[in-house]
Amino acid sequence: MSSLITKEIVSEHGLSQEEYDRILQILGREPTITELGIFSVMWSEHASYKNSILQLKTLPRTGKALLTKTGEENAGVVDIGEGLAVAFKIESHNHPSALEPYQGAATGVGGILRDIFTMGARPIASLNSLRFGNLDKNHVKHLLKGVVKGIADYGNCMGVPTVAGEIYFSDSYEGNPLINVMTVGIVKHENLATASAKGPGNFVLYVGSTTGRDGIHGCTFASVELSEESAEKRTSVQVGDPFMEKLLLEATLKVIEKNLVVGIQDMGAAGLTCSSSEMSAKANTGMDIDVALVPQREKGMTSYEIMLSESQERMLLVVKSENFEKVAKVFKKWDLNIVKIGEVTDDKMLRVRENKKVVAEIPAKCLVLGGDAPVYKRETKYPDYLEKTHKFNPDTIPLPLPLPLPLPLPLPFHSNHNKILINLLSCPNIASKNYVYQQYDYMVRINTIIEPGSDAAVCRVKGTNKALAMTTDCNGRYCYLDPYEGAKGAVAEAARNIVCSGGKPLAITNCLNFGNPYKKEVYWTFVEAIRGMGDACKAFDTPVTGGNVSFYNETEKSAVYPTPTIGMLGLLENRKFATTQFFKDAGDLIILLGDNCDEIGGSEYLMLIKNKALGNSPKVDLDYEKRVQKVCYDAIRAGIVKSAHDCSEGGLSVAIAECGFSPENLLGAEINFEMKYRPDFELFGESHSRIIISIEPDNISIIKKLTKKHKVNFIILGSVIKDYLRINDLINVKVDEIFSRWHSSIEKRLINR
Amino acid sequence: MKYNVIIFPGSNCDYDSYYAVKKIMQADVEYVWHKDTELKNPDCVILPGGFSYGDYLRAGGIAKFSPIMQEVVKFANKCGLVIGICNGFQMLTEASLLPGTLLQNKSLLFVCKHQYVKVINNNTSFTSSLKKGDVLDIPIAHNEGNYFIDEIGLQKLKDNKQIVFQYCDKNGNVNENANPNGSLENIAGIINKKGNVLGMMPHPERDSEPALNLADGQEIFKSIENYIIHKLKI
Repeated sequence: MSSLITKEIVSEHGLSQEEYDRILQILGREPTITELGIFSVMWSEHASYKNSILQLKTLPRTGKALLTKTGEENAGVVDIGEGLAVAFKIESHNHPSALEPYQGAATGVGGILRDIFTMGARPIASLNSLRFGNLDKNHVKHLLKGVVKGIADYGNCMGVPTVAGEIYFSDSYEGNPLINVMTVGIVKHENLATASAKGPGNFVLYVGSTTGRDGIHGCTFASVELSEESAEKRTSVQVGDPFMEKLLLEATLKVIEKNLVVGIQDMGAAGLTCSSSEMSAKANTGMDIDVALVPQREKGMTSYEIMLSESQERMLLVVKSENFEKVAKVFKKWDLNIVKIGEVTDDKMLRVRENKKVVAEIPAKCLVLGGDAPVYKRETKYPDYLEKTHKFNPDTIPLPLPLPLPLPLPLPFHSNHNKILINLLSCPNIASKNYVYQQYDYMVRINTIIEPGSDAAVCRVKGTNKALAMTTDCNGRYCYLDPYEGAKGAVAEAARNIVCSGGKPLAITNCLNFGNPYKKEVYWTFVEAIRGMGDACKAFDTPVTGGNVSFYNETEKSAVYPTPTIGMLGLLENRKFATTQFFKDAGDLIILLGDNCDEIGGSEYLMLIKNKALGNSPKVDLDYEKRVQKVCYDAIRAGIVKSAHDCSEGGLSVAIAECGFSPENLLGAEINFEMKYRPDFELFGESHSRIIISIEPDNISIIKKLTKKHKVNFIILGSVIKDYLRINDLINVKVDEIFSRWHSSIEKRLINR
Repeated sequence: MKYNVIIFPGSNCDYDSYYAVKKIMQADVEYVWHKDTELKNPDCVILPGGFSYGDYLRAGGIAKFSPIMQEVVKFANKCGLVIGICNGFQMLTEASLLPGTLLQNKSLLFVCKHQYVKVINNNTSFTSSLKKGDVLDIPIAHNEGNYFIDEIGLQKLKDNKQIVFQYCDKNGNVNENANPNGSLENIAGIINKKGNVLGMMPHPERDSEPALNLADGQEIFKSIENYIIHKLKI
């Protein structure tokens, strides 16, 4: 018999010859086309983690509070006491959003929401971390608008508030934006569901939307670089229906709550294939399903297409036969499809039939991570570009002129500190993101205590005094200049944001956005970032509960900045500790916890004047960082902190300005402190481990005591005042003027075509 | 005092409404499913916010065909109190229980934020515990909140004092800068001529909890309670 599977077909499926040989060995025969499709999606980078898993295993993945094993369920789960747990996870939807920003981002949100409610958890908040190219380019405006609308329409309809996030703009993301979305849910311990197909004879149920041809090979599409031809792969992008998902959410939570479900997994990437094989492999069972029974929205779909479709809003359930009617009743109440498509078996085979005829028969374990899916150790090489960026000499930065104003006009925009501050506040990376978050319903479910625009969002946990703090953080430019320090810094900043908002860091989820892992220099940045993240997570005792790896974020020009986004969860044992970044009253004392700054590498300031990522990334001393955070944490619990804000992009001066930017209560500051280094470095440098707090003057003794106890430096910067922001003799601006520049900058750039 | 909160597929403020009247206002409340053909003995029906039936066709457009809406219409015609919030307001105009319509926001974007709202008519069963001219801070979150009605209709609304709330600024000024969605005359909420059906875009249920420093919306539920319990003459 001549071979049906040609070399071309194998290669079109993204499988190497070595991988194909392995398939032949496993099956002992040539695969059918359906089997080849199944192998190709399950062994794709996206599903198998074949080039990342060895590195991921070096991350700290254990902790007292963890209720799931990292990577084994749809989301990580952390105990928060009182019988409650939090399920949370972050995922990327980069490539789909590059082509179809609206649907790409929308289905990204849909996917992460399903990951949370398949755990039995009610989603209570979503976050997102977005990266785009230069905002002055029309194509980037189109992408930003589409992505934000996609996230908004999906999340708003679901009734899950989108409470926090971050957006960065850099040429590095031109053509390959990063769309990372995170959801946090709450589940009672006894309702925690699992993605496992236990119990031979149990029914396998298909629920939710019908299956169409959309998204076929989305998974393999995510595992190659974007190119001109990618635009032709639009059909690899799925189409979302949040209304359907809202119904699915309610019905799914109901059957889990009623304890009617043995196992459940959403059909996300690699659809029916992934859910059926992973659930079987996890339970060490098999599954026998007939694709002809799957509800279909198009005629003439083949078994190959049905198994690989990534149609949205679908779930695979395993239930005991005697519970089938009860489960069906719930789904029918919500007008959802529910069909028995097969049964769990004990022969450990994933057996797929089409009208009873077997079209695929593969040992389930062979398909999955931790089973026989390939695992590769990749080579690394120190990147050439770092030689150049590290050679940069900060002394070559022209010294800004001192005040007083007025200056003769033709001077460059960075000629004095006032102008630099105003320019920094209106640059898109620092400017207010209100244009974006006002499109998100961030209040629905009435839990949001700290709304978007402060360090971390805080949502209360109803029925308790507790609240959750959550944030996403990563500065890609730091990671480009030093992936180890950059990733370490991302964890440190996330923890700092949680602490400033009143929380205690609990755990993280990560979304690792990198270029092509087969390029040694790219892989070096990956390895270094993992090392940095691991060191920081150990220091903060925040284990990695799960997440997502997204390789191949490249365009024809180059790889994106290494961007290991951190999603961190924190706990407030009492919601009364919730603290915003905003000054409250004139006359309050402003204090910097931490030290003067002489690091300028990787800063927004340097970007402003050199338009290049240069120098060294700011470095984190993890031990010192922890102690600074401890002072803030203790001071909040002592009840004396009226505002707390971490110093990050734009440095000290931007951070102080932002503290005054509560729209209903604009405030300024009168700052006078002793500078140890160049004034521009002191004002605009971005050293870690620095927090600005405001307190009533009488409480300074408590700060003195705490900083002494934790061996942390502090500087009394000045006082909160109305109307003006003045810093030494260098900065003197009106607050309402800088506020309006900061507040409207992004919207103005979007309108200006 | 008993509320019914109607759940349509796609409603997502049903739980918030239930929570606000039950946990904060300590009233009796029951959910009613959209396919039900009877109400559960309410004093006041809440049509909650969300995206009923996915807001396919038009926002609130399909809800009027649901079995329970026939009952809500009957209840309203018998002078029962009905409050439609956000998507509920859209349903009320679609079902012709209130005049006018809600168009897409002028910005063409969904808008969620805290919004000041001025009490124009406090002489209703929904606003009796407020003063005329009071400025409330109540969140909005919608894509179609741009109220529109023809000139004759508008005149009737004014003549009958049917405009209950207008968007305003912190100081109570009703002007274009304080209009979040392009709504005609900054209209944020209206009542029917008989005074028993209120539609409003702002979300009082999100704004009823002193523990979260949000309490302005409570006044609306207090007024309803006053009316029902004490049958305040209005």
